[in-house]
Amino acid sequence: MIHIQKAGLLTTVQDLGRFGFKKHGVVTSGAMDQEAHLISNWLVGNNPNTPTLEITLMGPVIEFQEDALIAICGGNLSPLIEGDAVECWKPIFVRKGTELRFGRPASGFRAYLAIGGGFNIPSIMDSASTYMRAQIGGYEGRPLEDGDRLSVDRKSPSSESLFNVLKEKADRKNFHASNWSVSEELRSRNNDPIRVIKGREFDQFTDVSQDAFTNEPFTIDSKSDRMGYRLNGQKLKWESDSEMISSAVSIGTIQVPSDGNPILLLADSQTTGGYPRMAHVITADLPKIAQMKPGEDIHFQIVSHEEAQQLYLQRQNLLRHLELGIRTKTG
Amino acid sequence: MNAHFYPLGDQAVTIEFGDSINEESHQNIRKLAAFFDENPPGWLIEYIPAFASLTLFYNPLFIRKQQKHTLPYEWVVGEIKALLPTLTHKRANSSRTIEIPVCYGQKYGPDLAHVAERNDLSEEEVIHLHTNGDYLVYMIGFAPGFPYLGGMDKRIQAPRKPDPRLRIPAGSVGIAGEQTGVYPLETPGGWQLIGQTPLRLFRPEDASPSLLKAGDRIRFVEISEREFLRLKEES
Repeated sequence: MIHIQKAGLLTTVQDLGRFGFKKHGVVTSGAMDQEAHLISNWLVGNNPNTPTLEITLMGPVIEFQEDALIAICGGNLSPLIEGDAVECWKPIFVRKGTELRFGRPASGFRAYLAIGGGFNIPSIMDSASTYMRAQIGGYEGRPLEDGDRLSVDRKSPSSESLFNVLKEKADRKNFHASNWSVSEELRSRNNDPIRVIKGREFDQFTDVSQDAFTNEPFTIDSKSDRMGYRLNGQKLKWESDSEMISSAVSIGTIQVPSDGNPILLLADSQTTGGYPRMAHVITADLPKIAQMKPGEDIHFQIVSHEEAQQLYLQRQNLLRHLELGIRTKTG
Repeated sequence: MNAHFYPLGDQAVTIEFGDSINEESHQNIRKLAAFFDENPPGWLIEYIPAFASLTLFYNPLFIRKQQKHTLPYEWVVGEIKALLPTLTHKRANSSRTIEIPVCYGQKYGPDLAHVAERNDLSEEEVIHLHTNGDYLVYMIGFAPGFPYLGGMDKRIQAPRKPDPRLRIPAGSVGIAGEQTGVYPLETPGGWQLIGQTPLRLFRPEDASPSLLKAGDRIRFVEISEREFLRLKEES
């Protein structure tokens, strides 16, 4: 059992998302930074779809009421165990009675806490992800609150063996981290522009707007959330005689309502929309977006659709190698 | 079938059947969706039917493992292009007709009087026209289980409220412009509310969580407040 003493700013249970129900109007949900989520699971020997806690900027205070194997990936929100700084991106044994809290955020916006065995969360529509608007999934359909308790499922054999190795090395200490971690290449978030492909209506925006989209920065508005980032910058003007007919949108779609301020749709976005689509953020860059916070500037760069697919496949290949590498460590 | 393809991001393709809302496009979308329901291919994650298009979300990794040479998007488009001609002469499955009981007016439809007044009708006439319509569910979107309906009588149209309500109860039946719809969840919204149904349109515990699906036909049926309360109790 783990005890949420303080819930933090916004802490929700997420997995890879809810698939197969979009035709019913059900949003995908799931971890905003899918890579950090799945890597944290791999590090503790879990299946990648095991629920983790998505921690937003100001982290929770958690008391472990049993010995546990954990990993924290994604943004560096300065995790502390019993007051000692701990490293992200590696598996850690934590003793019963130990407290995890978070200090001043160092970089990024969202961190993922995985626990060996996974949090025991009932699945609804094939997913444990919290769907806040419909008040279903996750922990009673809502973000965690002070005093919540989550139970932990039985560990997989590889999770169990890593747990035992680290527990032994911990000796009498409250916690012990592995001496290896995920390579810098996979966890670094460079400052390169966010890559997009042109949307269906890109050519119907004015020339000035098309130029501004890639030449000017767009600032993430404070009214941004898991549904989407509202972006402020040069207003984008759409000029067309044809009328928009509502159709599907996707995570990463940048749509532009009539006020000219683009909205970048994210994990909890609705399934269909009727606004012109300027562009789509490529899937390989969505984890970077998930780590950007209100007030930050986004620069967009257009790539071809073919390049976007190749970049995705290359990234998946890299992750596959990481998974195999972790398996050789965890046995 | 005349179709136009475009990528929706790098993991989905939208197949457009024309550029207007009409029954022919709708039938083509239904035939294609029905094909995938009966023969779900391994590369398909899910689909979203809309007014004039069907969007397929696919798994590029799955496709790459099957073949190395073609871009996953091009490969999916090739599959669909080969498939479409085989569906042309298929008949779409017949529609289900679903009755939606509605308690009109009073506290359940606070804007019924307004809709009647601005169209020079009595409240009874608005209810009569609304229940006499033959509605088609073109798509589900905006919120879980929310149906986009075609077929409302233009004589009862009414623009959205200038000041949207912060809370609209689940089951509210409203009018916005030439459209009518039912709110599955309690949400804010600017529709003119004419009644409320006791039916739950979104049932997350069910295998098919939306009561309605694209292609369904709908009839609204007037019920009394007593009937409303009884059905609400049951659902």
